[in-house]
Amino acid sequence: MTSGEFLLLAVLALPALGALAVAATPRDRAARLVGTIAAALTLVAAVALVAGRSPGWTATAPAVRPWHAVDLPWVPGLDLRFHLGVDGISWPLVVLTALLTLLCCGYCLWRVPGGGSGRALVALLLVVEVGILGTFLALDLVLFFLFFEVVLLPMYAIIVGWGGDGTDPVALDARRRAGRKFALYTLFGSVLLLVGVYVVVAAAGTADIGALTGGTELSRSTQLAAFTLLALAFAVKSPLWPLHSWLPDAHTQAPTVGSVLLAGVLLKMGTYGLIRVAVGVAPEGARWAAPVLGVLAVAAILIGSLVCLAQTELKRLIAYSSVGHMGFVLLGVATLTATGIQAALIGNVAHGIITGLLFFLAGAIKDRTHTGALSDLSGLRETAPRLSGLLAFAAVASLGLPGLAGFWGEAFAVVAAVESGGALWTTLAVLAAIGGALTAAYLLRLLRRVTHGEPSPAVAALGPKLAGAELVAWTPLVLLALAVGLVPTLVLGVAEAPVEALVGVVAR
Amino acid sequence: MSESSLVQAVDHVALLPAYLAAGTAVLVLLVDLLAARPRATVVTAVTGAVATAVGAAAVGSGAERRTFCVGTDCSYVFGGRAALVAALVALLVLGVLALSGPLLRAGNTPVGEYSFLLACSMTGGVVLGAAGDLITLIVAVEVLTLPLYVLVGLRRGSLASAEAAVTFFVVSVVATTLTLLGAALLYAVTGGLHLERLGTLLTDEALLDLPLTTVAVTLVVAGLAFKVAAVPFHAWAPATYDGAPLPVAAYLSTASKLGGVIALLAVVRHALPPEVTGPVLAVVAALTMTVGNLVALRQRRTVRLLAWSSVAQAGYILAPLGALALTAEADARTAAYAAALAYAVFFVLLELAAFAGVVALRPAGADGGSLDDLRGAARRHPWVGAGLAFALIGLAGLPPGLAGLFAKVTVVRSLLGGDAGWLALVVAVNAVIGLAYYLRAAALLYAPAGEVTAPAARPARAVAAALAVATVVALVVGFAPQVVLDLAGG
Repeated sequence: MTSGEFLLLAVLALPALGALAVAATPRDRAARLVGTIAAALTLVAAVALVAGRSPGWTATAPAVRPWHAVDLPWVPGLDLRFHLGVDGISWPLVVLTALLTLLCCGYCLWRVPGGGSGRALVALLLVVEVGILGTFLALDLVLFFLFFEVVLLPMYAIIVGWGGDGTDPVALDARRRAGRKFALYTLFGSVLLLVGVYVVVAAAGTADIGALTGGTELSRSTQLAAFTLLALAFAVKSPLWPLHSWLPDAHTQAPTVGSVLLAGVLLKMGTYGLIRVAVGVAPEGARWAAPVLGVLAVAAILIGSLVCLAQTELKRLIAYSSVGHMGFVLLGVATLTATGIQAALIGNVAHGIITGLLFFLAGAIKDRTHTGALSDLSGLRETAPRLSGLLAFAAVASLGLPGLAGFWGEAFAVVAAVESGGALWTTLAVLAAIGGALTAAYLLRLLRRVTHGEPSPAVAALGPKLAGAELVAWTPLVLLALAVGLVPTLVLGVAEAPVEALVGVVAR
Repeated sequence: MSESSLVQAVDHVALLPAYLAAGTAVLVLLVDLLAARPRATVVTAVTGAVATAVGAAAVGSGAERRTFCVGTDCSYVFGGRAALVAALVALLVLGVLALSGPLLRAGNTPVGEYSFLLACSMTGGVVLGAAGDLITLIVAVEVLTLPLYVLVGLRRGSLASAEAAVTFFVVSVVATTLTLLGAALLYAVTGGLHLERLGTLLTDEALLDLPLTTVAVTLVVAGLAFKVAAVPFHAWAPATYDGAPLPVAAYLSTASKLGGVIALLAVVRHALPPEVTGPVLAVVAALTMTVGNLVALRQRRTVRLLAWSSVAQAGYILAPLGALALTAEADARTAAYAAALAYAVFFVLLELAAFAGVVALRPAGADGGSLDDLRGAARRHPWVGAGLAFALIGLAGLPPGLAGLFAKVTVVRSLLGGDAGWLALVVAVNAVIGLAYYLRAAALLYAPAGEVTAPAARPARAVAAALAVATVVALVVGFAPQVVLDLAGG
């Protein structure tokens, strides 16, 4: 076994074993510590994957050229192989997942949201991590589906078990409803994925994503059917307007760590799947559906922004802002150009960093003031300047200020749409740009409401201090938002070759 | 007919599992009569069930054995698949015996009769998988079902139990009559009764065009659809399950349902023309899962929820057969049968675990109760609660219940391999509806108990053991589903 194969297996095995170890550790605090250590080791393994990568550029090589791969038989009767691999498209997301999980586990060391034991929460976080990492690493369609499903129930349990605020029946009911909506919507997406996967497998006779990329084995009608099913599946997860309605409820009701993982990486499973599976396997279907996808993406941007302008609740506003931001990502994918897909990838990572930070901050504000209503929050700057400053930083990063991470994804999605040419794409680009302006508007409105003005009674009681654990959890995200903003090649450098290869076969 | 064929050489090795099962029944009766000690009776039944399972596995591991043959047509064919069915039925009987511990100890149920009837039913199940002609098949199904009329009504002094028994009896007898009439008409049309011979004869276009053939095929399929509680022949199931003692309900929804599925598979696979049965079964499957799931959404009683869910599950089992008419390839057809059987195996495993969980969480000898009785149960009994939640999630087809997930994957794969994409979509949408109620039940187990603080009685050891074994097996086949797929395809 080479070191690369070992690392790949370790990235999945560490959180899985970690979850078991956490469940087996009787003492709550010790268990949370064990979980955090497992998450930290996972991050180390995930980062180490980049070492020893072989760019392997040859004319005849397939479109997916993983740096490292593990390929073991599992269930031949279902065309399922345990086939993992990592390349420049998946690696940034793998690292992001490992990082956010570590931060969430670390955060749980300091504060456990009410509702259940911290031990169980950390174990569930690690299981969610296994599912997400598996989805990003799978190079077998059926395995991809399997990991896609793994995430569902643990996330449901996190929302229902630890979410919401208060234990009164109304709050209980609200978070149960949010959890159920999340589970049913997401399962609806995954069963479509299952059917789509086997439409492809039945037609092509293989489930190997590497062999399938380019769609050379599939007829046009199969590709259209497969792309429709797969795109619908990923549209639920991403989420794409009008299939987004599970998201605001789930993100609002989930505990802070749940929201961070949901917004930070769970949504990326959808966009990653769209790029790697839907576009890769059925490029002809993608070309056929691209205008529809583009229109829906822009609709998501505009509607998401407009809804945000009318939001009165902090977490709900951030949740809805995800709809708009993911709209930019999907617009990038819809252009099917190298620029667009690169924009989508960096947009994915940036959104994960920034929205993760925003949810951490929103959670901190809600924990302190016990309210999320914008009307009850004002003057945060006066009593908690550091918190307020961080919120301003995150909001400004989110609205896409050049020099911060959010800029590249949104700007280049628009650029890619303009480059695609034609009346439709130009119109879409213009509308998306207007959406970008609206994004700035609602984030600035948020800042004005929350940080400026006279301190409200809830805010007046706050002290300026931040806990050490909070700083530890937030600092990496702040630094990454800066780093990705200033040096986008951190993400784009590794992604360039695989994106070129993908676009090469898609444009064929 | 020549002289030599009148005296048949009987292959007793092939019949060994059936002998073992029937011997168990007789022995249980004798032990109950002579020793009159409940413990001895149950031990005999348990030993017999184990011996039957082992015997079936041992005989099945060799080459296929045929006996009671006329020419090339045989009435008793014991191959790998028959062995799988026989062993599975014997193990399910074992599981049900374990679940019956609290019920029998409560003293309201005669132990000897109970064990004897279960062993009789097991004999039917063991023969069923090996049946090679329609009469053997129908007799085997009846031997499987007949003891259940009594078992369902065995809860003394319970009106619901008696009602359930009568409902079940009437419906089941009607179903059998239909099947028998269908078999007779098939004989009238073709002059054959052996499944494989019927299959060959019914490829004849002229025969297929006869209205009588259509009527005969319809009657056989409809009669067997009663046994698996497929819509529109499902109405008896929820009432019967809810009235029956819990372990008997478990038996009804596992072994008895498996029997119906096997019988249906046998006639559809070997005897009846797939062009005729395929579209009918596709519609039946789609209706069964949709109606079952939708009605299950509204259930408030635990056993009724499980009953309706098991109606829906029958739809998933039948779904692969719905692709039969659409595909002409022999490979895809074989895959469809294998998928249906594999789904059935995964299902009975999880269903048994679910019933074991419910039995473990209820007081000894009680009925299933309402769903609210299970509120917070997993907080009082973490292991049992986790086992039940695992089984429910598995039935919904989601990780960590990988066995259930792979079951659904098998069905969807066979449907898409057989060009029945619409049915695959119906299965997919139904999986979502199914999750709604499975999730509700599973979440209820972990909900805060509120005011209802039921005493935390320890579950009986046998029940806990059955739950543990079923859960562990489900976990193992969840990670190695190829084992089940190989057995079902063999």
